[in-house]
Amino acid sequence: MTYIAKPRLHHPSLTRNKVGYTRRDYEGKVSTLCAGCGHDSISAAIIQACWEMDIEPHRVAKLSGIGCSSKTPDYFLGASHGFNTVHGRMPSVLTGANLANRDLLYLGVSGDGDSASIGLGQFAHAMRRNVNMVYIVENNGVYGLTKGQFSATADKGSKSKRGVMNSDSPVDLVGLAMQLGASFVARSFSGDKEQMVPLVKAAIGHGGAAFIDIISPCVTFNNHAGSTRSYDWVRDHNQAVSRIDIITGRKEITATIAPGQVVDVEQHDGTVLRLRKLHADYDPTDRVAAMSQMHARAAEGELLTGLLFVEGQSGDLHASLNTSAVPLNTLGRAQLCPGAAALEKINASLR
Amino acid sequence: MSATLPSKNAVRPIEAVNDFVIKFANINGSGSASANELFAKAILRMGVPVSPRNIFPSNIQGMPTWYEARVTEAGHLGRRGGTDMMVAMNPQTWDADLAEIEPGGYLFYDSTRPRPASAFRSDITVIGMPLTEICNAVYSDPRQRQLFKNIMYVGALSVLLDMDPKVIETLLGEQYRGKEKLIAPNVQALHLGRDFASEHLQHPLPIKVRRADSVGEHIFVDGNTASGLGAVYGGATVCAWYPITPSTSVAEAFVKYCEKYRVDEQGHHNYAIVQAEDELASIGMVVGAGWNGARAFTATSGPGISLMTEFIGLAYFAEIPVTIVNVQRGGPSTGMPTRTQQADIISCAYASHGDTKHVLLLPEDPRECFEHTAAALDLADRLQTPVFVMTDLDIGMNQRLCKPFAWDERRDYDRGKVMTAEDLEHKDFGRYKDVDGDGIPWRTLPGTHPTRGSYFTRGTTRDPYARYSERGDDYIYNVQRLLHKFATAATLVPQPIPRPAARRTRLGVIFYGSTSPAMHEALDVLARHGIHIDALRLRAFPFPGSVKEFIDAHELVFVVEQNRDAQMRTLLINELEINPAKLEKVLHYDGTPITARFITRTITNRVHEAFVAPQEAKS
Repeated sequence: MTYIAKPRLHHPSLTRNKVGYTRRDYEGKVSTLCAGCGHDSISAAIIQACWEMDIEPHRVAKLSGIGCSSKTPDYFLGASHGFNTVHGRMPSVLTGANLANRDLLYLGVSGDGDSASIGLGQFAHAMRRNVNMVYIVENNGVYGLTKGQFSATADKGSKSKRGVMNSDSPVDLVGLAMQLGASFVARSFSGDKEQMVPLVKAAIGHGGAAFIDIISPCVTFNNHAGSTRSYDWVRDHNQAVSRIDIITGRKEITATIAPGQVVDVEQHDGTVLRLRKLHADYDPTDRVAAMSQMHARAAEGELLTGLLFVEGQSGDLHASLNTSAVPLNTLGRAQLCPGAAALEKINASLR
Repeated sequence: MSATLPSKNAVRPIEAVNDFVIKFANINGSGSASANELFAKAILRMGVPVSPRNIFPSNIQGMPTWYEARVTEAGHLGRRGGTDMMVAMNPQTWDADLAEIEPGGYLFYDSTRPRPASAFRSDITVIGMPLTEICNAVYSDPRQRQLFKNIMYVGALSVLLDMDPKVIETLLGEQYRGKEKLIAPNVQALHLGRDFASEHLQHPLPIKVRRADSVGEHIFVDGNTASGLGAVYGGATVCAWYPITPSTSVAEAFVKYCEKYRVDEQGHHNYAIVQAEDELASIGMVVGAGWNGARAFTATSGPGISLMTEFIGLAYFAEIPVTIVNVQRGGPSTGMPTRTQQADIISCAYASHGDTKHVLLLPEDPRECFEHTAAALDLADRLQTPVFVMTDLDIGMNQRLCKPFAWDERRDYDRGKVMTAEDLEHKDFGRYKDVDGDGIPWRTLPGTHPTRGSYFTRGTTRDPYARYSERGDDYIYNVQRLLHKFATAATLVPQPIPRPAARRTRLGVIFYGSTSPAMHEALDVLARHGIHIDALRLRAFPFPGSVKEFIDAHELVFVVEQNRDAQMRTLLINELEINPAKLEKVLHYDGTPITARFITRTITNRVHEAFVAPQEAKS
């Protein structure tokens, strides 16, 4: 149960990051999800990424909607404020929170029911507005908390645990995000930590809306033969387009890679994403080509993963609104109230 | 073409100085609104109070629209009822417009196309002027013909009603400041109208305007502009909204004043405004911003409130400051978006599922729209809960004469109970714990302290320390504390304003919001007729103790409101456990603003029924 605190036995030799925290400081409460749930691996990847990125836990705000995935923010970053909001409406709450204080890191965690069904509208508009956030959808194609109904991302023709065939076409959040102008679009698999952690790190440094669709099998309701979201199916069909190395000013990675196989993308926070291409013809900086490639591969039954599209310096909602550099929630009367003399002038103009 | 005065057996023409109702029947999209406003403002500038109301369709061009201006030196700013002079510029509504004129009243119309005598009434004065003919002769551009026709009838009316043309010229100069080349043609059109009227029409009429000194320092403004300005003064930094009549101009006013007063030295904005994709998102953004310590508000109307209710409930239980300006209109969905009602009282007071109650503020005019919107932002922070500013289309979208806006320079924002990093070092933090005995807990903002004060925000499944809990005891502690907090709210909201009768009376009346000016006028008239009633104007929910005391002190209390179901009466009965027989409904809900005549007539009849008429007459 989540109200039981984890034992906090900090071993003195645990490694500390640059801001003085051990990996333990990024953990949350004990997960109440099913044993083997892909979501727990995603929580672990978030913990790893934040620790490696030297982010102070209290400078993160984690928000979610409703569903199994939306419970997970309680299981990581225990020293961060969290908000379990309304079904499908995490994006709007996060947008408002972000407007109030642009200096925090915003982590939005959602699921496929939360973002592709009830919250499809809010998902779409958060992408359009380019809210500076990491938006993770823990995608298992099924409603877990209500015990196994298909979600809107379930593939047409896939089978439920009780043998029912899904006859509706799936919502592809990655394709939608790219079409809507999202500036960072990735897909990953909860069973592939090596891919997930660098993607989450890249998303954190992005500086605009960074969307990661993570296929995260539901061990209880959607891990059987006939499902296209099972561990086995995803392993068999996963095609990674690239591997990411994150290069900061301090730590240059000098791997020897064949020319033409590398794409460097400079991000808002100054880091460089070095994408080692695993598919020679995949260009993640060309939106139209990337979309076309992705659709072509999907038609072949492949699930493309990795950083599918990125626009390095994309700006964000604050840039478009030209808001003050200082967080709006710190402004007081002096900056906000025009005062009595101005009001007299307004009165005079209304006579 | 001179005025046709009523024949010998007809009613005497109405005689009135500075006390009449003139109504303009127009076609929307024809540019009449600015001409009519010019007319009303000219009367104001002559020192005579005027109270105009737009009665308009949900349409952009081609449908009937009316502008009713009440000229009232006595300062009665509510609707009186009835029309003394009709400016009939819309053939579509001719019959109804004609029928609406009071016996002895006046009809002004465009006589370019002759109408048979049978088209008129014999008990009114008919004044024809060939407006279209004159315009077509002078102007060639169709748009000019249309726009200047409007200015021309203002010119003619200024002669008929004996208004000062200099005042109108000055107003045209102010209106077109920066676009000076438009001044001369407008002044020319004005004088074309004046010249025709002076030469061909009998003038001045027995109804007229005479210079007075009854406007003083009052300002002339609509409630939505005032609410938008109140949000600027009240320190709102985040506004998320979705367009909906009649609230749209609240956000637009906020934008306008922010652009003027909220830009820092570097040119950056000390505000953020997002036009959201719908009301589900606009309220979500306000909730997120409030959770994160920014003052945030949205403006909407009934259908928007319906979409927002799930979030409103979450904000109530999660205790997040939210300010919502609800400019009420006739429901549902597309409903009667350009008509006024006070019909969201119950849906806002108890918005959402579960046991919820919300703070409502009830402004009576634009001045209170300004004050209540600024106050709502303070109250939302203080009480950590949604606060509604319940205005309506009548106040929101009509310009109203009211006391000037005022701001005390010493006033600071009440940001409520927010713990700082320093506080967290020394004090115990229980997010949902009542430590001060007022039911209001302390909160922290994200990012405050490296190791203390963070919590996971949920609706109700938690204990006083915000730890996950589904225990019944924890739930009850929490919702009982919320009730206690609501009782605290009753002491902080704007208190009701009594208006005692001149004589001791067993009768009382309760009213609120836009009903106010018509109610005050009705009380004057009733008193003249010997019906004395103590009045109480509600300014907020929850009801302070004085509301119950007022009801207890009277035998019968009328509750005057603008909805079908007597929603405020229901709220009074439900919250104060009043015997329903004691609260008498006075309801006006046809979508037009309530009139003084309606209130006077209804209350007079009820009083006669209850206290004068013999028993058998009641059946």
